Amino acid sequence: MNTDVRMEQRPVQVAYRKAGFLAVLGKNLAGAFRFLKNDPFSMTGAVIYLFFILIALFAPLLAPYDPHEMIKHNGKLAFNQPPSAEHWLGTTNMGRDIFSQLVYGAKPAMMVGLTAAFFVVVVGTLVGLFAGYYKGRVDGVLMRVTDIAFGIPFEPFVIVLVAFLGPSVWNIVLAMGLLLWRDTARVIRSQVLTVRERSFVEAAKISGASDLRILFVQVAPNILPLSFLYGSLAMGWAILTEAAVSFLGFGDPAMMSWGFMLNDAYASQALSREAYWWIIPPGIFIMLTVMAGFYIGRGSEEILYPRLKNQ
Amino acid sequence: MAENPIIEVRGLSKHFEARQHLFRKSSTGAGVLKAVDDVSFRIPKGHSLGIAGESGCGKTTTAKMLLKLYEPTSGSFLFNGKDITHLRAKEELKQFRKQAQLMFQNPFEALNPRFTIFRSLLEPLIVHDIGTKEERAAFIKQALEQVNLIPAENFFEKYPHQMSGGQLQRVVLARALIVDPIFLVADEPVSMLDVSVRAGVLNLMKTLTERLQLTTVYISHDLSLISYMCEQTAIMYLGKVVEIGDTMSVLQKPKHPYTQALLAAVPSPDPDEEPEEVLIKNHVPSPINMPNGCHFQDRCPYTEAICREKTPELRQAETGQIVACHMVTPFFDRKAEREEHVI
Ligand SMILES: Nc1ncnc2c1ncn2[C@@H]1O[C@H](COP(=O)(O)OP(=O)(O)O)[C@@H](O)[C@H]1O
Ligand code: SF4
Ligand SMILES: [Mg+2]
Repeated sequence: MNTDVRMEQRPVQVAYRKAGFLAVLGKNLAGAFRFLKNDPFSMTGAVIYLFFILIALFAPLLAPYDPHEMIKHNGKLAFNQPPSAEHWLGTTNMGRDIFSQLVYGAKPAMMVGLTAAFFVVVVGTLVGLFAGYYKGRVDGVLMRVTDIAFGIPFEPFVIVLVAFLGPSVWNIVLAMGLLLWRDTARVIRSQVLTVRERSFVEAAKISGASDLRILFVQVAPNILPLSFLYGSLAMGWAILTEAAVSFLGFGDPAMMSWGFMLNDAYASQALSREAYWWIIPPGIFIMLTVMAGFYIGRGSEEILYPRLKNQ
Repeated sequence: MAENPIIEVRGLSKHFEARQHLFRKSSTGAGVLKAVDDVSFRIPKGHSLGIAGESGCGKTTTAKMLLKLYEPTSGSFLFNGKDITHLRAKEELKQFRKQAQLMFQNPFEALNPRFTIFRSLLEPLIVHDIGTKEERAAFIKQALEQVNLIPAENFFEKYPHQMSGGQLQRVVLARALIVDPIFLVADEPVSMLDVSVRAGVLNLMKTLTERLQLTTVYISHDLSLISYMCEQTAIMYLGKVVEIGDTMSVLQKPKHPYTQALLAAVPSPDPDEEPEEVLIKNHVPSPINMPNGCHFQDRCPYTEAICREKTPELRQAETGQIVACHMVTPFFDRKAEREEHVI
């Protein structure tokens, strides 16, 4: 029969099939970048993140001083100095260069932000995908766990965990990784519930694809933009949390973070001395990173529904 | 028939548990929705069966059982002579999936919006390990040309939202045919398309299914489509086949009162012709907890006591088709009698 003849002409190529998922993922990332180029808001957000990532990477080159160094001029501690040519943003009450602290502060912010975003995207997406696609028991168990994660108040949880495990920036990241995926999981799940009912999923089934293949090849590309969106929101959220935790004094003393700077300024009564050059710059940097997350998120509609834009 | 039919179903049924909060609660607990109830037919190789009936009569559910998307509640399903009713083995099921394909109702939903056309057509080739990379590209080109999307390369990198409904439906057809199936189900294949492109898509399907000798099932509420596409026609009403036989007999000399009513509801192309009296009253009743007897009893103009007591069996009428109606016998043509009354 006709069928058999054609089967013989088509040798099996397993390797090609294995590459399928990575290819789809790569294509999606490429698509996300193409999208960034077209949306001014998302572009702004991405540029802000890129800016801070570069600062974090090149902090030792950019900062004129060691952020912990107590600077002396002519043997005298240069403390509480206003901005000058030598100290662009003045010095702290301990004679440390504020501009250098600000530059070094990008590193913990980006570390915390990127790892938290990674956790949120990976864990939240996987939980959401499986719960939404398999429904039933799988969904029940996964959503129960998500409910528990939702039941735990975020900031207190981070503080308690850091208090127990020690004030390391990685413990802050761990605490966020343990909780922040919950929003993503829920949103992805509900999106999957609608995507799985669309006939192209049935078409994939009819063409013989396995459940896992349908889940990762057909369904995932339709929700990945949403994961990236939640990842970028989580990045801003995580940076804000790290700042808050540090401000409250639970931060990593070895890491010069913006939250730590604010904590330091607050504790040394910089406000009453009206030393705004110490308070406002880290505040603005925190705000910028949070804003960047939201800016990237703004265009989510169009990543999700390409027909809105591409026509 | 010497050869085994490609499709044979015997007493096929699919019952759903009606959800209590949605439908009136019955004393026996949750109601049973008999979406498809005791349906039997066979389709020889290369033949085509049309299934018609109002919305909700179980056409799509039947199609899904024929494609093994639903497991039947009871009855059996023979594919190419082999009983696959309870087929579970992965490899065999996959083999079946390669041979039985579906043409979707809504082409805008049937293709992954994030895949290019090329990627959508590549997917079944990957799943079934068909061809090398270069061969696959050739197959995809060939498949698109087969459905008259020419030059095929122009469509490779297009996304579904960049194409029209008619073009998409051709892609859906190409995707179904690219794995060389022997059986094709088309569930309302043109009802979502613009009227101007329907004929083109239907003609294409007719030509291709004939050339490839596919066994097909066309599902439609449009009787003129079925009379154009199918040799055999089954009329369904509330989960049951009420009349089945050669399309010529069923649509030219309908025996079942429901078929007659459906045909009467089709507007005549001749504006001078008096519209026939519409027989059906009431609306389609809910298929949950159907009463005893004929499902059509509340809407039928000929209902008699026996119709409320006994479910009519399928019997051959003198015009050849098989009909489930107590009032139709080879010796008793109710329609003829009614016309005498009218005169
Ligand atoms: N998955 C399901 N669960 C419960 N009821 C269903 C399901 N699918 C279909 N039905 C019901 O079965 C009946 C037949 O539906 P369907 O086969 O889609 O009809 P058609 O395609 O002829 O319009 C309808 O009453 C419908 O509500
Ligand atoms: S069996 Fe009775 S109720 Fe049913 S269609 Fe025939 S005449 Fe009408
Ligand atoms: Mg239907």
